[in-house]
Amino acid sequence: MKKRTVWGKWWYKFSRNPLSVVGLCMVCAIVFVALFAPWVAPYPEHAGPYVNYGEANQPPSLPHPFGTDAFGRDILSRVFFAFRSSLLMGMVVLAIVVPVGVTLGLVAGYFKESWLDILIMRITDIFLSVPPLILALAITSVLKPNLTNAMIAVSVMWWPWYTRLVYGMATSLRNEYFVQSAELLGASKFHILFREILPNCVSTILTKMTLDMGWVILIGAALSFVGLGEQPPKPALGTMVSDGARYLPEYWWMAVFPGLAIMLIVLGFNLLGDGIGDLFSLEEA
Amino acid sequence: MSIPLLEVQDLHKFFFTTRGVVKAVQGVSFTLSAQETLGLVGESGSGKSTVAYTVMGMYSPTGGKILFRGQDISVSHERRPLSLKKELQIVFQDPGSSLNPRRSIGDILALPLSIHGKNNPGTMKERIEELLQMVELPPEYVSKYPRSLGGGEKQMVAIARALAVEPSLVVLDEPTSALDVSVQAKIINMLVEIQKKRGLGYLFITHDLSLMRNIAHRVAIMYLGRIMELAPSRVFFEKPLHPYTRMLISSIPVVSEQEEKLKPQKIIPRGEIPSPVNLPSGCVFHPRCIEREELCSQKEPEMIEAEPGHWVKCHLIRT
Repeated sequence: MKKRTVWGKWWYKFSRNPLSVVGLCMVCAIVFVALFAPWVAPYPEHAGPYVNYGEANQPPSLPHPFGTDAFGRDILSRVFFAFRSSLLMGMVVLAIVVPVGVTLGLVAGYFKESWLDILIMRITDIFLSVPPLILALAITSVLKPNLTNAMIAVSVMWWPWYTRLVYGMATSLRNEYFVQSAELLGASKFHILFREILPNCVSTILTKMTLDMGWVILIGAALSFVGLGEQPPKPALGTMVSDGARYLPEYWWMAVFPGLAIMLIVLGFNLLGDGIGDLFSLEEA
Repeated sequence: MSIPLLEVQDLHKFFFTTRGVVKAVQGVSFTLSAQETLGLVGESGSGKSTVAYTVMGMYSPTGGKILFRGQDISVSHERRPLSLKKELQIVFQDPGSSLNPRRSIGDILALPLSIHGKNNPGTMKERIEELLQMVELPPEYVSKYPRSLGGGEKQMVAIARALAVEPSLVVLDEPTSALDVSVQAKIINMLVEIQKKRGLGYLFITHDLSLMRNIAHRVAIMYLGRIMELAPSRVFFEKPLHPYTRMLISSIPVVSEQEEKLKPQKIIPRGEIPSPVNLPSGCVFHPRCIEREELCSQKEPEMIEAEPGHWVKCHLIRT
């Protein structure tokens, strides 16, 4: 058999499902245009407070592939810049939510049936019982509506999913002989939680994180749709859809293209997440 | 007599479940000296693993005492000092789950060394290689992960991890029952070698009686949470007293006629071990005993010393 490098082997497993590769390409393309938006976007200045009524409400054409909005701004350029805040939101939310949720889940799962377990899991249940969007809406409407507060709001409602996920794994892993061995050797709780149990949860957490990138971005778009995200004139996908919706159906491109952009980003991360999930499940087999 | 390495006195362990109280261990007593292997034999459900786990502190006893070098250690492992954990180690039955699949062999073996104060990074690598050498594994295994090892090799690593802290007592919980016979022999020989070199005490839990014949110095047989008979290995196999022991020894499968002659008269086993939730009255073995008397179903027999060092719990045996 031909010897493959570790990466080669991973790529082989990953690429067996063509949809995973499609997902990866979509995510890479989105990240690329977001990162290099000032150079890639045809009209970078349209991402700001730019007004040109002479060019307003133009349908899709060669200079404006996605058309222009009511202020005469190029929608394609604005979509590229809107990707930035969407991705930023996804990354920041996950960066907050994953460490917090995972740590709580590990602690509650490892100390199952102790007061810590009861305390953490009941609080988790309370958060999970509130419809997520409602909670985020409530938080953002109390705070000042802007991107930072939207990220805080989504983080507050998102951590319990990770706590739940890791809790389930930790409660079964703590009974494994390797955890018992570490305990009997006198390893610290920190070692047992983060060096023995956590490494066995990483693949599941990573898969969920990739899938969640899409969902967090979708929630972020929903918040900006109702005006509780990134504030104008800065572009946000949700805001663009809601603004464009007022001009439906004549100026359909104003809402449809940002809407498609949201779909693309969510779909991309979902396909990629499925691929990563396959990768790990095949690795275990 | 000097203080034994391990002394278990009238150990009780009950589990309180929704379906009733499981009396897993009731009144187990034995001692174990350094350099000695005590085989704790029993069918599944006999409570042999519960005894082992209670000695290790994975359960705290419901009653009775566990003494290590005369010091009372009848508490759960969380309340045992690090210096005590160093002395008592365990090798589990399933080598598959006793090694963390996400940690390399080197990491796994480094853990006991770093906890117990041998974390001089210069010597760490050498110490790990020494451990691998002790269990006859090549030094390249340091960077391997458990999934690329065979079952026997994994168990070797588990043994090396347990011995890394230089314990004086090792509990072996059916260390070879999940392995092929060829690998089994290798591991048993290695364990015996190490015992000779280091003067370890082994509490060997198994359901395999014939294995005990070769390596145990003394054998105790358990049935429904009690020790029924405890004797030096030779006496145990040549002159078993308890009807249960005789039944078990006579049912060891053998190949040759000569071996068959060595065994006590064939006793066909009847029935199976009852549930420890609902124990029989009197002697717990009486429903399966072919020699039972009136008294057996009414009163539980006392443990008596039939001859020096040979203990048995049966109404039919009188001194």
